[in-house]
Amino acid sequence: MNGFPASALSQVGELSLLFAETVKETVSRRPEWKSVLEQLHQLGVRSVAIATVTALFTGMVLALQTSYSLAAYGAKLFVGDVVALSLVRELGPVLTALMVGGRVGAGITAEIGTMKVTEQIDAIRAMAASPVRKLVVPKVLAIVIMLPILVILADFVGILGGLVMAVTNLQQPAAFYLKHVTSALDLHDVLSGLGKSVFFALFISLIACHNGLSATGGADGVGRATTQTVVVASLCVLISDFFLTKFFLAF
Amino acid sequence: MNEAFVRFQDVHKAFGANEVLRGITFDIRRGETMVVLGGSGSGKSVLIRHIIGLHHPDRGDVIVDGQNIVEFTERQLIPIRKKVAMLFQGGALFDSMDVYENLAYGLREHTDFDEERIGGIVRSKLALVGLEGVEALMPSELSGGMKKRVALARSIAMDPECILYDEPTTGLDPVTANTINDLIRDLQARLRVTSVVVTHDIESAFFVGDRIGFLHQGLMHFVGSVDEARASGEPRLRRFLSGGREEPRADL
Repeated sequence: MNGFPASALSQVGELSLLFAETVKETVSRRPEWKSVLEQLHQLGVRSVAIATVTALFTGMVLALQTSYSLAAYGAKLFVGDVVALSLVRELGPVLTALMVGGRVGAGITAEIGTMKVTEQIDAIRAMAASPVRKLVVPKVLAIVIMLPILVILADFVGILGGLVMAVTNLQQPAAFYLKHVTSALDLHDVLSGLGKSVFFALFISLIACHNGLSATGGADGVGRATTQTVVVASLCVLISDFFLTKFFLAF
Repeated sequence: MNEAFVRFQDVHKAFGANEVLRGITFDIRRGETMVVLGGSGSGKSVLIRHIIGLHHPDRGDVIVDGQNIVEFTERQLIPIRKKVAMLFQGGALFDSMDVYENLAYGLREHTDFDEERIGGIVRSKLALVGLEGVEALMPSELSGGMKKRVALARSIAMDPECILYDEPTTGLDPVTANTINDLIRDLQARLRVTSVVVTHDIESAFFVGDRIGFLHQGLMHFVGSVDEARASGEPRLRRFLSGGREEPRADL
C-alpha cells in the first residue's frame, strides 16, 4: 500500500502512539502544574476574545435568519428555541473548536516545530527529559480543560446575541425569548455539546503537537506543518462532529 | 585508562534510501578526546547522536559504559543521558527561557536541590566558560559565541562523564572559535571527562584531539593519534587535510 491511504494511516498510527504516551506520562508522574497553568492562560484565557466574538455574531445571525426565513411558517415565536438548540448542540462546540483550534493549533505547531528544527527537542531528550511530558502533556491538558469552558461561554454569549436581535428586531420581550430558550434546552443537549468539545480538544491538541514534533527542515518545514495542523484539525473537527452527534444521539 | 567508554561495532544507519553510516567500528577510550573529522554530510553528527540514543542504528551495536544501548527505550536511556551530555551545533538553548533557567533545566529535572544550591551551580558553570552576570538574559540577546558558551555550561551542569561536541566551532569567527577550543581543552584537563568532538575544522581537530577518526561517505577510513594522522598516508585523509589539493590516486 502506498500514497495517500498509507500516509493517512501512518498519521493515525503516530497520533494514537502520541496519545498513548501522553496518557502514560500524565498518569505515571505528576504533571508539571506550573506549565499547565501557563498553558491554561496562553491557550485558554487568551482565546476568550475570539470565542466571544464568534459566538456573539453567530447568535445574532441565527436569530436574524430564523425570523426572516421561517416567518412564513409562523416560526418567529420560536427564535429562542432555534438559537438555543443550534448553538448549544452544534454551533457552539464546532465553531469554538474551529476558531480556537486554528489559533491554538497553529501556535502549538509553530512553537514545537521551531524547537524541533533548532534541535531543542533533541536537547530535551539529551538531558534525559521527555518532550512529551515537558511540552505535550501541559498543552493537551490545558486545551481539554479550557475548550469546554470556552464552549459554555460561547453558548451564553451566543444566546445573548440572539436575545439582542429578538428584542431589537423582532420586538419580542426579553423574558419571552429567554423562556423559550430555557424550555427548549435540556441537560442532554448541554452535555452532548460539552462532550463533543472534549473530543475536539483532544484532536486539535494531539494533531498540533504531533505535527510540531515531526517538523523537518527549516522555516519552510515549520510553515508546512503549521498549515497542515490548521487544515487537518479543522477537517477532523467537522468530520468527527457528524459521528459524535450520532454517538451522543444514541443516549 | 585505555578501556573503551563508547564502542561502535559495525553500525549501519540509513534515512530512507540515503545510507549515512555504512559499517562503523571504533572505540572511544575513557578520558580521551576523540575527534571525528569529516566533510559536510559525511554522517559525523548522526554518528555521535547514536551515543545517547537520539538515533538508533539499523544494524550493529553501540556500547556505552559497558551497556549495549541499541534496543533501549527513552526511559532506559535516562541513566546514559545523565552521564553523557551533548553540545548541539546551534547551541539548542531553550529560547523561551533565560540563561539561568536553561542551565537549571537538568538540575530541576533530576535533582531535589534547593534554589540556593541550583543558583550556586549555575553561577559556577557559567564562570567555567568565562561568563558572568548573564543569567537573566534571553538566548535571543546573546551573540553566537556566547550562545555556544552558555550551551556548553548547560551541558556540564550535571557533571557528565562524557561530553559530545557537535561542530563546536562552526559559524564562529576565528578568535571566538579559539576560545571555544581552549575551553574544550581546559574542561578536559579540569573535569577529566571523555570528550567526543565532531568537526570539519582541521585546526581545531589537531588542537583539541588526542586521537582522530576520519569519516568519509559513511565509513571510518582512519583512526589513530594526532601524530599518526599527520603522518598518515591514507589518501582520502591526506586529500581532506590538504583541502582537496592532493588528488587521491585513480585506483581508489
